[in-house]
Amino acid sequence: MAPVVDEIEVKPKQPWKPTQKEINTNIGIFVLNILLTLSLIQFTGFSGKLAFVVLFILFSLSTNFLFSLSRGGSVVAKNSLATGFAFTGIALLLMPVISIIATVFKRGTEAMYIGFFTTDMSEDSFASALDVGGIKHAVVGSVIMVTIALLLSVPIGILTALYLTELKGRGSTLIRFLVQAMSGIPSIVAGLFIYSALITGSGRGFSAFMGSLALTILMIPTVARTSEEVLKLIPSDLREAGLALGATQWRTVAMVVIPAAKSGLITAAILGVARIAGETAPLLFTTGGADALNTNPIDGNIGSVPFYVWKALIDGSPNAIARAWAGIFLLMIIVLSLFILARKIGSPKKVRS
Amino acid sequence: MIDKSVREERPVMSEPQKIQPSSLADVAASKFEKQGSVSAATGSGLDARNIYAWFGKYLAVSDMSIYFAAGTVTALIGPSGCGKSTFLRTLNRMHEFIPGAAMSGEVFLHGKDIYASGTDVTKIRLRIGMVFQKPNPFPSMSIGENVLAGIKLAQLKVPNKNELMQDCLERAGLWSEVKDRLNQPGGSLSGGQQQRLCIARSLAVNPDVLLMDEPCSALDPGSTLKIEETIGELAKTMAVIIVTHNMQQAARVSDYTAFLLSEGGPGKLIEFAPTREIFGRPKDIRTENYVTGRFG
Repeated sequence: MAPVVDEIEVKPKQPWKPTQKEINTNIGIFVLNILLTLSLIQFTGFSGKLAFVVLFILFSLSTNFLFSLSRGGSVVAKNSLATGFAFTGIALLLMPVISIIATVFKRGTEAMYIGFFTTDMSEDSFASALDVGGIKHAVVGSVIMVTIALLLSVPIGILTALYLTELKGRGSTLIRFLVQAMSGIPSIVAGLFIYSALITGSGRGFSAFMGSLALTILMIPTVARTSEEVLKLIPSDLREAGLALGATQWRTVAMVVIPAAKSGLITAAILGVARIAGETAPLLFTTGGADALNTNPIDGNIGSVPFYVWKALIDGSPNAIARAWAGIFLLMIIVLSLFILARKIGSPKKVRS
Repeated sequence: MIDKSVREERPVMSEPQKIQPSSLADVAASKFEKQGSVSAATGSGLDARNIYAWFGKYLAVSDMSIYFAAGTVTALIGPSGCGKSTFLRTLNRMHEFIPGAAMSGEVFLHGKDIYASGTDVTKIRLRIGMVFQKPNPFPSMSIGENVLAGIKLAQLKVPNKNELMQDCLERAGLWSEVKDRLNQPGGSLSGGQQQRLCIARSLAVNPDVLLMDEPCSALDPGSTLKIEETIGELAKTMAVIIVTHNMQQAARVSDYTAFLLSEGGPGKLIEFAPTREIFGRPKDIRTENYVTGRFG
C-alpha cells in the first residue's frame, strides 16, 4: 500500500529514468541503423554476419554521436561516444565466447550416447560408427591426474602465498616475480621439462603421475597468486589481534587467517583445476596417451579428455571429428561447472553489519 | 522510534566535544571523589623507562618514562601524530611488527624487562592484552569462540570454559545481550557490541595490563558509555592504559593522564600527573592550551 500524506497518495517515482519519448527515439535510431546497414549491404559487395556487425557498430556510433551532438553539444556527444565504445568492446568480447559455446553445444551432442560415458576406445577406432566406444578411459585418466596435481599444488601454492603475505621473508619480491613469470610458462615446456628430467634415460615410462607433475608445474602459480590475493584481503587487524592474545604467528595464521580466507583459498584451488583441466601439450610427453582404461596412477600410458580430443582430430574422419566435438563439449561442461562452483564458494557470505 | 529513556541516560555524551576547561576539571574531580582515592597498587604495574621508537630512520617517540600502577587507568592524550599509539605498541611488543621499526628503552613487568633477550614474546602479550581502534572479532568464529579465542590460540588449559566465557562477557558488559546467541558469528553484532566482545576476548587470558588504542573512536556515544563503565570495572584488577582523542573520555575514565606532544619532532611526554591535575591546574602551558581546546 502506498503511503498517504495529506489525503494525497504518494507514489514511488524514478525521475532519473528515460521518458517514453526518449525510449521511442532510441528505438527509432536503432531501427534506422539496422536499415542503413542492410541497405549498404544491399548496394555494395559487403556480405556476411561479420560485415553486418561491423557496419552496424560503425553506424550506431556515428548516428548516436550526431544525434547527441545536435541535442546537447559536444560534451554530451563525447560522453555518448565513450559509452558507445564501451558497448562495442562488450559486443566484440561476447561474440567469440557465445559463438564458441553455441558451436560446441551444437556439434558436441552428435557423438553422445549412453555408452559414451561407460566404454573406452580399446576395441573401436575413432572412425567407427558413433554408437560404439566412449570416453570413460579419458575421464578416469583426467580425474586421476587432476586429483594428484591438486593434492600436490594446493599445499605448495598456499604455502608460497603464506611465505609472501605472512612471513614476508627474504626474497619475497623476487619470489613473487618468479611465480608471476612461471604462470606465463608455455604448457608444452612443463611437459618437456618432466620428460627430459624424469622420463628419458631414467628407465621410467609414461604414467599418470608424470602427467600430474607437469600439470602441477602449471597449477602452482595460479594457486599461489590467487591465494596471495585472497590472503592480502584479510585485514592486518585480525593478525594483530591474534598476536596480541599471546599466540605464536603459526597459531594465528592457522586459526585466524586461514579460516577467514577459507572460501577464497578453495576458490584458488578450483581456479587452478580449471586452468589445467584442458591442458593437452604437457600430457603428450608425459602420459603417452591411451585408448584403454588404466587406473594405475604410477605406471603405464593413460588417456585424458584433452588427449582424446587431440587424437580424434588427428584421425580426421567425420566420425572422429564428431567424437572430438563430444570430448570438447564434456571438457567445457567440466571447466564451466568448476568456474561456477568457484564463484559460488568465493562470493562473500552475507553478514549483517 | 526514539526511546526517551535511553536519551536521558547519557546527558554527558550529547554535549559538544570541546567544553570549558573548568567543566572538564569538574568531571575529573568528580571521578576522583567518587573513588575516594586511587586504589593502592595490588600487583605489579608496568614500568616504561626511557622509551624511544623509530620507523626506519624516523624517530617517532623520544625518551618517555611512565609508571603505570596496577589498579589504575592511565589515559594517553595528545594531538594526532604525537606518538601515542606507537608508544602504546612498544608496551606489549607490537611495535616490532612494522617493517623497519626499532626501539630503545626498557619496559618492566613483574620486575623483568619485556625486551630482555631470551624473553618469550608470546608470554608477554598474554600478560599485556590489547584492544584495537577498530573492533576486530575473528570472522570465522562464533561469539562464544571469539571470547575463548585467546585460550585456544595460546593453548592454555582452563578448568571450565563456559564459566570463563560467561565471566569475561559479564565483565565486558555484554553477557545479557548475547547470552542467547553465543553460537552466532561475531560479525553479526553491532559495532559497540563487537568492541565489547574484543574486550571480553582480551580478558579471557587474564592479563595484568590492558592496552586500549582509541577503543571508542569508531563507536556511538551509547556504546562508548558502556565501554567506559567496563573500563572502570576492569581497573579494579589490572592496569588499564587507554589512548584517546576524546578529552572528556580521558577526564571521565582515567586516574592519571599523560600528555604527549610532537612539536614537529619526535613525540615527547610533556606532563604526567593525576587526571584532575592535568585538567584542573596543569603545570605546563602546552598542556593547558591543549586541554582547554586552544589547539589540537
